[in-house]
Amino acid sequence: MKLVAEILKEIRPEFDFTASSDFIADGMLDSFDMVTLVATLDKNYGVSIPGTDIVPENFQNLKTIEALLRKCGAKL
Amino acid sequence: MNFTFHRKRIAGVLVVVPENERSFSEDMKNFNFPEARSLKLKEVMGYDKRRVVEPGVCVSDLAVFGLEHLLGEGLLKRDEIDALLLVTQTPDHFMPATSSLIQGRLGLKQDMLCLDINLACAGFVIGLMQAFMLLEQESVNKVVLINADVLSRKASPKDRNIYPLIGDGAAITIIERDDEDSVIHASVKTDGSRAGALIIPAGGLRLPSSPETAHLEEVGDNNLRAKDHVFMDGSAIFNFVQTEVPPLIENLLARAGVTSEEVDYFLCHQPNRFMLEKLADKMKVPYARMPNNVVEHFGNNGSVTIPTVMAYNLRERLQREQLQVCLAAYGGGLAWSAMLLKLGKLAFNNIIEYK
Repeated sequence: MKLVAEILKEIRPEFDFTASSDFIADGMLDSFDMVTLVATLDKNYGVSIPGTDIVPENFQNLKTIEALLRKCGAKL
Repeated sequence: MNFTFHRKRIAGVLVVVPENERSFSEDMKNFNFPEARSLKLKEVMGYDKRRVVEPGVCVSDLAVFGLEHLLGEGLLKRDEIDALLLVTQTPDHFMPATSSLIQGRLGLKQDMLCLDINLACAGFVIGLMQAFMLLEQESVNKVVLINADVLSRKASPKDRNIYPLIGDGAAITIIERDDEDSVIHASVKTDGSRAGALIIPAGGLRLPSSPETAHLEEVGDNNLRAKDHVFMDGSAIFNFVQTEVPPLIENLLARAGVTSEEVDYFLCHQPNRFMLEKLADKMKVPYARMPNNVVEHFGNNGSVTIPTVMAYNLRERLQREQLQVCLAAYGGGLAWSAMLLKLGKLAFNNIIEYK
């Protein structure tokens, strides 16, 4: 199972996601990247992140993404 | 708002798609965007092939082509059309109504009603509702509902948010009274305060087209778009659908006393595969009962996606048997709508190519 940081790096290899606390404000993830990320996280962790949770505040940084995954039942 | 209709039925469906097919692989060269990211998007959203008109082709051209096919094949008689409803966001002109142009080009009788309805992707269900209401009149025995759009002509080729998903097409649905004691339930909601999420800003009287409105502007995420082009706030629309549509459907089914398992198919408007998968997950409906493959074959052709899935996925079945289906259509307005009905045995249920 890949780590969230590894998945992010595959989507946007040009950024260091461990060095940012707000991926959206720092321009590292746009709305389409979020869609790609959700599809990859769903597959990787065997969950379905609800559509209503696909909002920028859940994808701000590694902590918020991991919290979302835990809420969806993923084991990290 | 809830509606109930009695003794009404869909008799036949014909979808007209342009012969001209574009592929996402071609389109992505236009985007100022790394190819690898575009390919990931293709996989998730289901972007692949789509049908778009050649320059100059209008809604009335697609509609007349389809109606001439039905008249020529003897599937529809000229004099039995009592009303012609056209749902479109891309009319031939501001004035006159495109439905009148279609009536005139076909030489249909004068003793009939022609009406344009300005609705986007919610327009199939709301168009059906209008048709059912007209059939309450003794003088109306057959209604032709046309859903048609050529929105590709208003999409910026440099806008990755919308260009790769847009398709063009027309659907002709014949609606008449049902000899059976059928009951159709429908619900519709509107929220005009969110109208700006899906809009063509210029070209109307509020902001007439000009050299300035035709100028391509950098609009973020490396996309270029003019005010003459269609704008979609993808995130807002996505969240609107995920938030508003499931309760609308749940309430509709509860009102009809039908469980989700008793619905053979949920035929939903198809903006992209990802949105439909998330909708199905939320409603706990298997993907097989909520088809999501129209976008990859035809593009998002607006209010034509639901008739397209009927004709593409269920062509023979709907001609042979009757199925319990729940339709859900949502989009510009914002408007969202759902309908529960028995669909089939259709006299015709086909897709033809406009040449």
